[in-house]
Amino acid sequence: MTAIFVLAEHRQGIIRDITYEMLTKAHEIAQKTNTELTAVILGKSAKEKAKPLTEYAQKVLIIEDQKLENFTSDAYQKVLSTLIKEHKPLLTLIGHTSYGIDLAPRLATELNIPLATDCIDLAFEGGTFTVTRQMYGGKVNTTATARKAQSYMATIRQAAFQPQKPQPPANGQIIEQPSPLTEEAATKRFIEYVLPPPGGVDITAADKLVGIGRGIKDQANMPQMEEFAKTIGAVLACSRPIVDKGWLSNDRQVGSSGKTVKPKLYIALGISGAFQHVLGMKNSDLIIAINKDPNAPIFSFSDYGVVEDLFKIVPALKNKINELKIQK
Amino acid sequence: MDIVVCVKHVPETAEAELKIDSTGKNIEKTGLVYDINEWDDYALEEAVRIKEKQGGTVTAITIGTEDFDSTLRKCLARGADAAIRLTDPKFQGSDAYATAKILHSIIKNLHCDLILCGLQAGDDGSAAVGTILAQLLGVPHATMVKKLELCTGTAKVNRELEGGLEEILEIKLPALFAVSTGINEPRYVSIMGIRKAMQKEIKVLGLADTGLTEAYVGEAGSWLKTEKLYVPPVEKQAEFLKGTPDEVATKIAELLKSRGLI
Ligand SMILES: Cc1cc2nc3c(=O)[nH]c(=O)nc-3n(C[C@H](O)[C@H](O)[C@H](O)COP(=O)(O)OP(=O)(O)OC[C@H]3O[C@@H](n4cnc5c(N)ncnc54)[C@H](O)[C@@H]3O)c2cc1C
Ligand SMILES: Nc1ncnc2c1ncn2[C@@H]1O[C@H](COP(=O)(O)O)[C@@H](O)[C@H]1O
Repeated sequence: MTAIFVLAEHRQGIIRDITYEMLTKAHEIAQKTNTELTAVILGKSAKEKAKPLTEYAQKVLIIEDQKLENFTSDAYQKVLSTLIKEHKPLLTLIGHTSYGIDLAPRLATELNIPLATDCIDLAFEGGTFTVTRQMYGGKVNTTATARKAQSYMATIRQAAFQPQKPQPPANGQIIEQPSPLTEEAATKRFIEYVLPPPGGVDITAADKLVGIGRGIKDQANMPQMEEFAKTIGAVLACSRPIVDKGWLSNDRQVGSSGKTVKPKLYIALGISGAFQHVLGMKNSDLIIAINKDPNAPIFSFSDYGVVEDLFKIVPALKNKINELKIQK
Repeated sequence: MDIVVCVKHVPETAEAELKIDSTGKNIEKTGLVYDINEWDDYALEEAVRIKEKQGGTVTAITIGTEDFDSTLRKCLARGADAAIRLTDPKFQGSDAYATAKILHSIIKNLHCDLILCGLQAGDDGSAAVGTILAQLLGVPHATMVKKLELCTGTAKVNRELEGGLEEILEIKLPALFAVSTGINEPRYVSIMGIRKAMQKEIKVLGLADTGLTEAYVGEAGSWLKTEKLYVPPVEKQAEFLKGTPDEVATKIAELLKSRGLI
């Protein structure tokens, strides 16, 4: 029986959520295609981490090797290309993460397996591998089909699927395979992790956040935004372009490469709602978005929306809140 | 150090209203403003900075129609020494794989120590072309590069991982790097600068120059074929607050008050 491979992603000893999200979707596909769901885990001490994977997958393939202590895409590529050549899975799923982005396109090219990246949905429809992706920062969805092949590969967007343990648990069989790595990688060497510098502002601890995005247009508008945040007793946070431009330091960035926040209130000002931003704030209790584009994706993740120039709403709202404060 | 930078010319869509065209496989392009892909802007800047420090050349390369020349001109104005545009009706419908194949066919014959790409294109967002190209060229690579430091024969790169964490890697040159936004601050080019670059030559090449056959480019050479585009279904829609700015402000203030947020 052929398999669906899911590459377990882990870092600094922890299996990352994307693994369970992919396993959940893969479970559904495996049932429909009558294939065997196989979690694949590589690492220095991968066996220790296999247990939770057995609850999702029928098989857990383990490759242990000192040389796999830290992820590098070339070592992973070598191991996975060996495994895929040997097991010929119908489909291999890898996270569309900093690891998967570095690994999957190169692996697929080596094996000449059709690859679809950053998928938010996927299925075999009448034997054709069909995926859903997004374009133009989430404003348009696209359905694409892969050319016919024995084996396919896809990278999966984070949080595209809700992880759910199969009932009853799969009670998967653990299988160890020897590592095909013979020597230390010669072209790419992991040196170390670097953590963001400590100190600064902890936006994850704030009750209220005002998130500003590229829509604030000019650095000259920063004081007005700071003033507004202060008025409502909120901390200023932002989308990535604001950090890239150097208008705020990176401890203020919300999103996949920034912080995940869950305040009681998140006001998004001039933020389009790219999924990398949304990943970091969608679980806030109350989300209010102000954006002049009625089709901005952010409105699909907000409780309340205002389609208007933020420079009209912000001063008006500041005045209103000041009035209320005086009434008290 | 000779550097090749892959650049794409993409529509600015953050504020535009997008419509699907009659084929159902593309967006309506008329009325959209195009510019250099945001990520490639950083890649080009990084290349020019390296050249300014160490000498060498920068070549900008793109696959696209004549209007892509404005992005190449911008690169030349910024400090690129040469520009190449690959164009052919047969290239239409190329996915990340076919795109990388086409780029590879030309880049493999250029002398370069470094190839820089953007992490992703703002239109299709595959985040794949650079990495596929690295495999085809047989050079090591790194994506999501947030910092690049060149030493002799190697590069030290910071890759950004999730949640603000970074990793440092040492990579042998020649190599390909796909850069993230924020790696530098792209310089401003004046209209004058762009005008001056009008005199520089853009080398235009077609399918015949690539040495590839039709089977390797366009839809035929692609892993993926676009079937249809559509506006994403709304799962949860915000309740829209309407009225004059003052009225809207009152509604928001009341909402916040009722929730004990002010
Ligand atoms: C690997 C990777 C990681 C990333 N990580 C993150 C991350 O952690 N966090 C993050 O935020 N992004 C991240 N991004 C970037 C992300 O993809 C988007 O590019 C970014 O979130 C866009 O920011 P924005 O919404 O501020 O800007 P844009 O997308 O440019 O949107 C600006 C918005 O402002 C609106 N606007 C303009 N003027 C006004 C006005 N006067 N009044 C009201 N509205 C106005 C526009 O309609 C538009 O919707 C990442 C990208 C990648 C590839
Ligand atoms: N048509 C193209 N011409 C030149 N370079 C491209 C083209 N498409 C993509 N690239 C390069 O590949 C990177 C990643 O694009 P993508 O994989 O499409 O998201 C871009 O940032 C460019 O550097």
